Amino acid sequence: MNKKGTIVLLITLSIFLISFIRKLDNSFSKKDVELKIPKGFPKPNYDFSENPLSPGKFELGRKLFYDPILSKDSSTSCESCHQRVAAFAHIDHALSHGIDSKIGTRNVPAIQNMIWRDTYMWDGGVNNLEIQPLNPITSPIEMNETLPNIILKLKANKGYSALFKKIYKDTVINSERILKSLAQFTGLMISANSRYDKYKAGKDTFSIQEKNGLVLFKAKCSSCHKEPLFTDNSYRNNGILPDTSLNDIGRGKITNLETDNYKFKVPSLRNIEMTFPYMHDGRYKKLKEVLNHYSSSNHNATTDAEIKKIGELNDRERKDIIAFLLTLTDKEFLSDKRFTDPNRK
Amino acid sequence: MTRRVQIFFGILFTLSPCATNAQHSKGLLSIGFNHYVDSVKLKLDTAIYKNEFGQTYNISNFKYYISNIELISETGKIVYLKEYFLINEDIETSKKVILSSIPKGKYTSIRFMIGVDSLHNCKGAQSGALDPVNAMFWTWNTGYIFMKLEGKSSASTATGKTIEYHIGGYKEPANCIRTVTLNFDSPLTITLKQTSDIQIRVNAAEVLKTPTAIDFSKLPTVNDSKNATLIADNYIDMFSIGK
Repeated sequence: MNKKGTIVLLITLSIFLISFIRKLDNSFSKKDVELKIPKGFPKPNYDFSENPLSPGKFELGRKLFYDPILSKDSSTSCESCHQRVAAFAHIDHALSHGIDSKIGTRNVPAIQNMIWRDTYMWDGGVNNLEIQPLNPITSPIEMNETLPNIILKLKANKGYSALFKKIYKDTVINSERILKSLAQFTGLMISANSRYDKYKAGKDTFSIQEKNGLVLFKAKCSSCHKEPLFTDNSYRNNGILPDTSLNDIGRGKITNLETDNYKFKVPSLRNIEMTFPYMHDGRYKKLKEVLNHYSSSNHNATTDAEIKKIGELNDRERKDIIAFLLTLTDKEFLSDKRFTDPNRK
Repeated sequence: MTRRVQIFFGILFTLSPCATNAQHSKGLLSIGFNHYVDSVKLKLDTAIYKNEFGQTYNISNFKYYISNIELISETGKIVYLKEYFLINEDIETSKKVILSSIPKGKYTSIRFMIGVDSLHNCKGAQSGALDPVNAMFWTWNTGYIFMKLEGKSSASTATGKTIEYHIGGYKEPANCIRTVTLNFDSPLTITLKQTSDIQIRVNAAEVLKTPTAIDFSKLPTVNDSKNATLIADNYIDMFSIGK
């Protein structure tokens, strides 16, 4: 082999080796962390220009999301309650489970399309995606940890101190960096590739039942569960009677307005097949029960006017709507490798 | 161009880059915050004070945000300083803040916000004075706590005889953002040679009086938007010029 040939071979080998090491290293490429606004989606409320997306920060966010180091006794991570297979809700758990087997007061919401939300939590008490993790982290019944403690633990951890140094080129570990990296990870959890989306784009077909379901959905449900995000980001009293053991007044606690009592954020219906049980307190296990509730006529005085308008739905109509709702499952999102646990291969 | 002219321009450019120029026409101002309870210096934990109802109390924690500082010049020009400071009785260094890049001249008054503006209440994760590690931040209902006064009183009806006023909120109808204007007795001169100095006297007792005298048996704690504006209207006049 001549000299030129040897050099070409060496370069090829090193490129191969570098890409192989990168894979082992769990690193992401710039393309992995590009923000792509799905067709038909509005302008996001969360502005990444103040938190520029980078492979390193996204990787740090993922590592933190899956790490119980964020809880007081290293027992509970974000993922303990926000599971990928359930669109980051907690499958088959009505109320959130926290540290020391403590039970919370609300159903774990899914994490998807967060950058289009204007507020976070069932009561909308949080005004910015970056701030949201402070609630579960500091809640005594969830992760029961403090920010100063987390910073101490991360500083003492070789993996983290190296990762922060790699990203920021200095040794500072502070809450802003922690929270912004988590926001990069959760902010890129975008679900827009369900069968519904493909049908809309003319790339998939619906059965007659699914088509009927969509027509009914538009007439009966979409004033609150507005397409394409399947929420209008409002707070409403959906008419379920308050659970007296929880006595959760929802939005009213945030605004101190009596008229806001028992109102909760309208959740998105994307991936609803996977996010059971339903409602803010997880009282219904099956979509059938949810449909039964909305089509019943015995609502109370404070039930939202839009819900009172739904009226009686017959058995076939309920089944059609459910068939349509199942088209909102986004298998690509649910199996997206970028959001998998970095510790499991 | 002759060589002499070339050298002249060379020197000119070396001596006057924009940054140096700007620094040369601007001065420094130091502001001291001196905490009192009426006429006596505030002493955390051990000193006993009396409120308007004659109820005794102590203070274990007193801190507040100062932001959006403006200096008003003799000619009415306003110099705006986009800075955020957390003044904490327990941290000596926090009670003296240094402002830089103030244009030289004479100033007649200072205006500042007690608290944090709405923009920075919605800005997400921040560092420095606005870092949530400073424990001046509500997580369940996002927003900065603008002022904290904590202590104990035997008259308190709260658990542990606590008195606790955590005041914040940037949204109507419970907007607690308040702006204070203080006029200097004689004009403040900012020069380029030395750091100028003003001293502000802060009477923590004003949190608990005028216009509303706080009865510890009736309102021992304020922790959310209920009654928050009442306390904010009380502490708006706790500042005056003086040591």
